[in-house]
Amino acid sequence: MASPMRIRADVRDGVTDVRMQIPHPMESGQRKDDKGTPIPAHFITALEVRHGERLVFRADFGPSVSANPFLRFRFKGGAAGERLLAHWEDNRGERRSDEVMISAAPA
Amino acid sequence: MDRKRRELLRAGGGLGALGLLATAGVVTPAQAQAAAARAGFEARDLDAALAALGAERAEASADVSLTAPDIAEVASAVSIGVVSRVPGTDRIAILVGKNPFPLAAVFAFPEGTQPEVTTRVKMAQSADVVAVVRANGRFLVVSKAVSVTIGGCG
Repeated sequence: MASPMRIRADVRDGVTDVRMQIPHPMESGQRKDDKGTPIPAHFITALEVRHGERLVFRADFGPSVSANPFLRFRFKGGAAGERLLAHWEDNRGERRSDEVMISAAPA
Repeated sequence: MDRKRRELLRAGGGLGALGLLATAGVVTPAQAQAAAARAGFEARDLDAALAALGAERAEASADVSLTAPDIAEVASAVSIGVVSRVPGTDRIAILVGKNPFPLAAVFAFPEGTQPEVTTRVKMAQSADVVAVVRANGRFLVVSKAVSVTIGGCG
């Protein structure tokens, strides 16, 4: 079971700033373990973030994205107390969804 | 299935043919869309990845900013920022020139999302990091050489 995403979403002047980190090994399939056995590829392929019904961000990943992917983006809209839903899938068919409440940006 | 999809992509030269196949009911629209989202991720070199994105003739642009370090201290997590000031930007792709699979990420920006993104990538060795912007069907490109001391691929 994958660990929860860490997501922070702050709204200021009608723009929501989203920073997120997704716990995931992002194994490229290029590495070998101590015994020389190749470590199979295991990486997130797609991520979507929705504000209500509206898709605000999508990322498709290859194995060159770092372990525990970090992302930052901004979208117009969002209000304190509203929810964002993030969902990812990986190349093994594992998936996870997490929700975060938008906060007012500190003044 | 994956192999079949790749062959379809190769045979058809991209999305257009898949769209046609979808129309003909050979592949479902969802399959065509899924295949389109993976275009370029199988490419083993930069030129092939750019071609798969349809960006082989991308023009250099001063309206796209790429932020990356000159020297990456930690090659397994190199911070990359891309900002597009090109109206109509709906995609930004980040590629790492000499990685085994150069295409790192493709970001989609629906209407209302600002065409800028920050993320972190692995670098196998010193290479050009390339950002490709799609705006109104045009492709714009900017790149920056990033040196790494110890490879971080893996």
